[in-house]
Amino acid sequence: MKKEEIPQDPGALNKLTKEVCYAVDQSGQYVTELSSGWEVKAKALDVAWEDIENRIAVARQKVLGGEASPILFFMEYRLMDPGILAAYTGFWKWRIKRHLRAKAFGKLSHNQLRRYAEAFNVSVEDLKNMNVHEG
Amino acid sequence: MYMKAKFEHLQAAHCENGVTTNLLRGVGVNNLTEPLAFGIGSGLFFIYIPLLKINNGPAIAFRTQPGLIFKRTCSSLGIPVVRKKFSSREEARKILDQCLEQGKPVGCQVGVFYLTYFPREYRFHFNAHNIIVYGKEQDNYLISDPVMEQVTSLSSYELERVRFAKGALAPRGQLYYPSDMRVVTDAQIRKAIVSGVKRNVRDMLYIPGSFAGVAGIKYTGRKIKKWRDKLGIQKAGLYLAQLVRMQEEIGTGGGGFRYIYGAFLQQAFAYHPTDALMEISSQFTRTGDLWRTAAVQAAGIYKGRLSGQPDFDLMGDYLEEISELEKQAFRSLSKIKWHL
Repeated sequence: MKKEEIPQDPGALNKLTKEVCYAVDQSGQYVTELSSGWEVKAKALDVAWEDIENRIAVARQKVLGGEASPILFFMEYRLMDPGILAAYTGFWKWRIKRHLRAKAFGKLSHNQLRRYAEAFNVSVEDLKNMNVHEG
Repeated sequence: MYMKAKFEHLQAAHCENGVTTNLLRGVGVNNLTEPLAFGIGSGLFFIYIPLLKINNGPAIAFRTQPGLIFKRTCSSLGIPVVRKKFSSREEARKILDQCLEQGKPVGCQVGVFYLTYFPREYRFHFNAHNIIVYGKEQDNYLISDPVMEQVTSLSSYELERVRFAKGALAPRGQLYYPSDMRVVTDAQIRKAIVSGVKRNVRDMLYIPGSFAGVAGIKYTGRKIKKWRDKLGIQKAGLYLAQLVRMQEEIGTGGGGFRYIYGAFLQQAFAYHPTDALMEISSQFTRTGDLWRTAAVQAAGIYKGRLSGQPDFDLMGDYLEEISELEKQAFRSLSKIKWHL
């Protein structure tokens, strides 16, 4: 890539910083230059987030329809999977998969709910009611 | 409490390169640049891990295992290193504070998900980010994140949360720093460059199996051609978007890494004046360009502009061509006669 070709498109990161890029100058020497972003990768990030938003919406519907527990909703909301959730809560993965079902969720003790709530950074009440406060 | 180590923040393209370069400058190694750290640490890599899913997409990495660039660069240059993991959060904080009291900036591996100064869009469960903590003011730690232009800070609660992020590659409070002042001679750098290149040749050309190194790139190319039929157009688009994010985002960089490697070979020329290095450097520039061309093609697919099988075939062909070009480039590197 030539130095003049370094993209300067808007990106999610440019509220925070520009990125260092390596590129060659006219004499073929490598130099560094700042880039504000590249449309190709900004779009890739958008696509990833559209998918996440979609998964959250599907999870919410499932919880409202009684097919799944709020743990599924918060797991998607916090971009986790059962493996990551297991690491944060200390529950085994297979138990988490059970707790994703509405029926098993109803039987959780307060202490177990608290472990989930902590992992999701919400209160137990909000966990039960699928309330989200950004933060 | 107020403590501040003598520290100069220099921005880098990749976090671990930046942490390595900045920490080593702090102990008197003034002749190390980001490309030299990357090349000496043999940072260029590729791996596609089949069956494993990350963020519901393919697991692809363009970098060596986290921590290796720092480790290899320091050991090649004969710099003693301290690295600690913790099971206790109090202990992790205590040791960090002790280092800062002694005026030592410290490298920390952290998770990005709760890294509050990052925009939300960037905060996935990725646990191999590297930052330097260089001071403390009351309850705030002074932070140098090498991919950022400016330094920043985190409260002690925020820092603890990212140091103890959970999941794959959990940092477990990990910190590391060079433990002694050192002056590194040009002769040491000359030697370190040779071992860095040889190790990278080994990793890219001779790693067993077909998922890693140049063979892994070809494997991924062949896989991509089947994604359209196997996954359906929408999911295939998501997978390609993930590939591009792994490839081009800050800190990872497939195309970007080729350019850093090209810069490394040019800088290596100053220590080993053989024309082949300049020639091979420009070969890496070409493969970096081709990675970017492939990313543009992928974007055509995930934007919905391209959807035919020939579009996926072309995408796969780009990766197979890159694999071939990088194989040639590393072969040429392996044939260089080094004079030490």
